Amino acid sequence: MTEEIIIAGFGGQGVLSMGKILAYSGLMDNKEVTWMPSYGPEQRGGTANVTVIISDERISSPVLDTYDIVVALNQQSLDKFSPRVKPGGILMYDTNGIHKHPSRTDVKLIPINAMEASFELGNSKAYNMVVMGALLEAMPYKLPMENVMKGLKKSIPERHHHLLPLNEQAIEKGRSLI
Amino acid sequence: MKEEVKLMKGNEAIAHAAIRYGCDGYFGYPITPQSEVLETLEALMPWETTGMTVLQAESEVAAINMVYGGAASGKAVMTSSSSPGISLKQEGISYMAGAELPALILNVMRGGPGLGTIQPSQADYFQATKGGGHGDYHLIVLAPASVQEMVDFVALGFDLSFKYRTPAMILADGIVGQMMEKVVLPEQRPRRSEEEIRRQCPWAANGRKGMRTRNVVTSLELESSKMEEINNRLQERYRAISDNETRWEELDTEGADYLIVAFGSMARICAKAKDIAKEKGIKVGIVRPITLWPFPAEAIRKAAEGKKGILCVELNAGQMIEDVRLSIHDAIPVKHFGRLGGIIPSPQEVVEALENNFIK
Repeated sequence: MTEEIIIAGFGGQGVLSMGKILAYSGLMDNKEVTWMPSYGPEQRGGTANVTVIISDERISSPVLDTYDIVVALNQQSLDKFSPRVKPGGILMYDTNGIHKHPSRTDVKLIPINAMEASFELGNSKAYNMVVMGALLEAMPYKLPMENVMKGLKKSIPERHHHLLPLNEQAIEKGRSLI
Repeated sequence: MKEEVKLMKGNEAIAHAAIRYGCDGYFGYPITPQSEVLETLEALMPWETTGMTVLQAESEVAAINMVYGGAASGKAVMTSSSSPGISLKQEGISYMAGAELPALILNVMRGGPGLGTIQPSQADYFQATKGGGHGDYHLIVLAPASVQEMVDFVALGFDLSFKYRTPAMILADGIVGQMMEKVVLPEQRPRRSEEEIRRQCPWAANGRKGMRTRNVVTSLELESSKMEEINNRLQERYRAISDNETRWEELDTEGADYLIVAFGSMARICAKAKDIAKEKGIKVGIVRPITLWPFPAEAIRKAAEGKKGILCVELNAGQMIEDVRLSIHDAIPVKHFGRLGGIIPSPQEVVEALENNFIK
């Protein structure tokens, strides 16, 4: 099993931390993991992306041409990465603010409205965990929720641990979108 | 602290590894893409646990001279920076090589020349392996390709630098510094006691307590015959390092038609390229130099036997390629592929470079 994933969106949407939680969850599930961010000024606005690889085997390149799963959270990211989904792979995107939908027919298109779902939860800050819930549900590799919660706990500082139930709720909400 | 499995950035891993090694002091000045080293050390506050000193100096030049001072007293001390900052440290590094001082220096390379970019690069290969500062000296240069190697090379770098009394450098790049991977952190080692330092470093200027003659740590010797002796001693030591400490890794070199030579993160990208090439029926092996100095010339010469060509893949305009060509005496064609200015090539680009140079 190897899942090669890129999550791309605006800086500030929680793209990098979602990637970190995903990678940590994989680690808690005894997998090899690599998290490779775009770093630098783009973290403060503009687009940000993170490549997460989860595998049973030693991971070679942290930099990839094509991905099993692309999660695009804005139009620029969708335009940039939709050609780079492997045939048969998954292209998940948030429909919020999307005016040009992807046209590929050889990949599984999964439009979600995570923004609306996070508003329904009453917390737009949980947006990235809603997206992660949807990703976990759609991903062929089934990461046990128990290990996702362990990964979440490891990823966020202890002073924020009272927010773990809210994050779990957001992940479940995201799962229900699929 | 026991052995622990964590997910962390290469830069964070360096900080954890330094504390767990029993490092006595870190002196640095922030610069992207390695600022997390200092940040993590400040957050971990090792001065309250192991007693390790962590200091943000007023400049890179101050930091490297603090390292000189700490090393002169036999302490295990280190600094870290990125390319422009490492240039500023060169005077101090040359002085430490001349004064035969052990120390660990981390360079998380970014694109140059000048202030350049904050994105990854391997363009400081010449600087790290051919001198950098003035005079006939070498650093032991270790090139990590994973976050785990960032951890492992802290201990290896310190151990080798103390064994041979010469500074060691970890030559990483922005990719290894910024990416997160699974790491196994070693068990906490105690810092050496003053007594142990006295035994291990009889040359150190750490107070003679009426026991011995005065130790002088300096790189200055105005009498040429003595200066030549010092140089000869250094050269003898460099030969011993070459004979005993050359390290490299080979991937599928046997039975391959072509060879890729790449170090650090580029070797990882090339490992993926090797798999893509294999699907196309192109058999490629990889030699990854782990020590860039001493360079694994003999290993490359052997691996190159019977091959049709070598592609040297570096995040620079072609630096290590000179050592590769010397290793094989240009017996087979050696070509360079690299991207500059902070651009990272994808595995597919490496495969195309291989095809364009040797197959099409």
